[in-house]
Amino acid sequence: MQKIGVFVCWCGSNIAATVDVQAVSDALAKEPGVVFSTNYQYMCSQAGQDMIQEKIREFGLTGVVVCSCSPRMHETTFRKTCEKAGLNPYMVEIANIREQCSWIHKDKETGTEKAIILGRAAIAKVQLNAPLTAGQSPVVKRALVIGGGIAGIQTALDIADAGFPVDIVETKPTIGGKMTQIDKTFPTLDCAACILTPKMVDAAQNENINILSYSEVEAVKGFVGNFSVTIRRKARFVDETKCTGCGLCTEKCPQKKVPNEFNLGLDNRRAIYIPFAQAVPKVATIDPNYCTMLKTGKCGVCSKVCTAGAIDYQQKDELIEREYGAIVAATGFNPISMDKFDEFAYSQSPDVVTSLEFERLMNAAGPTGGTLLRPSDGTHPHTLVFVQCVGSRCDGGEKGKPYCSKICCMYTAKHAMLTREKYPDTDVYVFYIDVRTPGKNFDEFYRRAVEEYGVHYIKGMVGKVVPENGKLKVQASDLLGGQQLHIDADMVVLAAAIEPDKSARPLATMLTASMDTNDFFTEAHPKLRPVESPTAGVFLSGACQGPKDIPETVAQAGAAASKVIGLLVKDHLTCNPCVASSNEMMCNGCSACEKVCPYGAITYIDKDFRGPNRTTLRRRVAQVNPAVCQGCGACTVACPSGAMDLKGFSNAQIMAEVDAICK
Amino acid sequence: MSDMTEIVKRISGVNPRKCMKCGKCSGACPAYDEMDYHPHQFVDMVENGRLEELMNSRGIYMCLSCFACLERCPRSVEPSKLIEAVRLAVVRQQGKNHLNPEQIPELLDEELPQQAITSAFRKYRK
Repeated sequence: MQKIGVFVCWCGSNIAATVDVQAVSDALAKEPGVVFSTNYQYMCSQAGQDMIQEKIREFGLTGVVVCSCSPRMHETTFRKTCEKAGLNPYMVEIANIREQCSWIHKDKETGTEKAIILGRAAIAKVQLNAPLTAGQSPVVKRALVIGGGIAGIQTALDIADAGFPVDIVETKPTIGGKMTQIDKTFPTLDCAACILTPKMVDAAQNENINILSYSEVEAVKGFVGNFSVTIRRKARFVDETKCTGCGLCTEKCPQKKVPNEFNLGLDNRRAIYIPFAQAVPKVATIDPNYCTMLKTGKCGVCSKVCTAGAIDYQQKDELIEREYGAIVAATGFNPISMDKFDEFAYSQSPDVVTSLEFERLMNAAGPTGGTLLRPSDGTHPHTLVFVQCVGSRCDGGEKGKPYCSKICCMYTAKHAMLTREKYPDTDVYVFYIDVRTPGKNFDEFYRRAVEEYGVHYIKGMVGKVVPENGKLKVQASDLLGGQQLHIDADMVVLAAAIEPDKSARPLATMLTASMDTNDFFTEAHPKLRPVESPTAGVFLSGACQGPKDIPETVAQAGAAASKVIGLLVKDHLTCNPCVASSNEMMCNGCSACEKVCPYGAITYIDKDFRGPNRTTLRRRVAQVNPAVCQGCGACTVACPSGAMDLKGFSNAQIMAEVDAICK
Repeated sequence: MSDMTEIVKRISGVNPRKCMKCGKCSGACPAYDEMDYHPHQFVDMVENGRLEELMNSRGIYMCLSCFACLERCPRSVEPSKLIEAVRLAVVRQQGKNHLNPEQIPELLDEELPQQAITSAFRKYRK
């Protein structure tokens, strides 16, 4: 029989106002095994904790029940308190008489009755508690960053700086992400490539960083500190170690009609290509969907011109498996498709472009060499209409996104300003619903577009765009002017909403990381743990967690890196001792537990058992790897023979609680 | 009039509070210049209980029932449903019918959406 002490907390008036705490401690004092029972105003205070320790020593308590708030709040506190007094921390049980009792009941009588029942259940459980000792698991001192945009690069650089090796997995042939396609950055208007490419080179040259470009994560196993990740290195049909990036093959390739994704299809590239001049790694890649040699077996020009002998048409996808202690998701964003917004005539006229396409049209490395020309006829546009919130802040789901994409107000102000600066003969209209420019020097930037550059900001929305005789007939409302506007525009630029990359959803499934309904990764706490996923060992960086601009992304990337470093400096992690174990004598070898285990902690072995009359029976039995088991309890429910049990939450303990409640 | 506002909201099934005042309805409206009050104002006037003004306005009969505002509204407020409900609220008053049922068949066009036919019933006096 245990010697149990019961400590009922008032939580000021939080509990005491709805629960008669004196009646609870009196009633629980009569329970079997209870040798001491009291109540106190604030059990979690230093005085309250001192009292618990004093009573453990005075009465030689072997079990403690604290009737207080949720165990999520103070279980750790009280376990530590008891451990200091020499009691095993797993001999402490919490009866939640606040969230599950006083806060949801108004009537003191029923509240008190329920508090007593909850206390009785906790006492019944403690009777069967056994001391548990937490084990330790080692930490693999290497991190994986999934996504090689500015978020992934910054996270990797910061982790590498602390001395830990990092792998960056990037699905494209080069790292750099969306920022490589951006012309200038707000609010300072410095060139994106000028500030990004040095970081890309730093990442490539850092001896702690290993870039796996043109690769994808295929499978993730394991748990915090011990992830095992399968990575598919897609065949680029070019030997990365031999290719010098001279670019001769990309000039000689006869297949010239491949839409260039770097310029968003505004011009063409060859079937063998290097995405852009500053690509990292600067290695050619053959596009198997367009390469004549790979499709028909006839061509081979690139192989003939390559002086390094790097072309390898036989190359196959390669699967590699690596161990990591921490994983950072940095999968980024994409603008949404404009298919469902045909009132803006995006599919009808090449002169209606998205803002990202506009970046390319303004960029010196873009399809027009940095001169703003209409995609339809190559002429200089005089009237430009910018439409904000295209697909953002939409109700009803299917058509657009319910959230504000956050970056559009600022980049539209930037586009409008740059257009007016470079081409003072233009008329620039911006149609807005709200101008949202919080941020350091952001509102000043927007005001400059209006006041210094004479951009016409109009509160209202474009209702339709009709291409007619080489012009775009724009019909829009001017709400403050109280009129409907009809503008003959040369170009229309749509600030398309942004959405998480399509790879994020399957990745979240592999990582068992949670997502919101918009497929953004969910953070462990929206305010206090913004860069951690609720899944231990998984961290979030950049726009995969929510729409963000570059400064915010870089800040979050650094924060995620510091969390990763905090994990990787540890040699060992303390494991949860509440893990499953199988009773071999009862196990019938059915594999039900193995199938439901989300962590792959259960394996089956053939084991010899002594049978009657000196015979030996070989039986198939389940074995749990306690380092991998996370104590979720799925196996204990699945096991048909009752062989599987969870330490600290055994079937017997749960039944004792239920019995105590039903008594 | 506040009762009438509730009736209009109920008939239309529109929640004017969802409107974020973007003005896309008025940007899309082909009959904008004919109206004294414009689609975005309809929504605002219903929300603020200015129904009497709206019911006495000529603008509600200028609406073509083309549903451009309904189709393009990013918040699913659907102003055309609201305008139709206001017209209905007017006809429900005694002696406010604009068209006799006998006149309808000859005006019918198979291509017309049902709601446009119904609104025509409430709009035209021949």
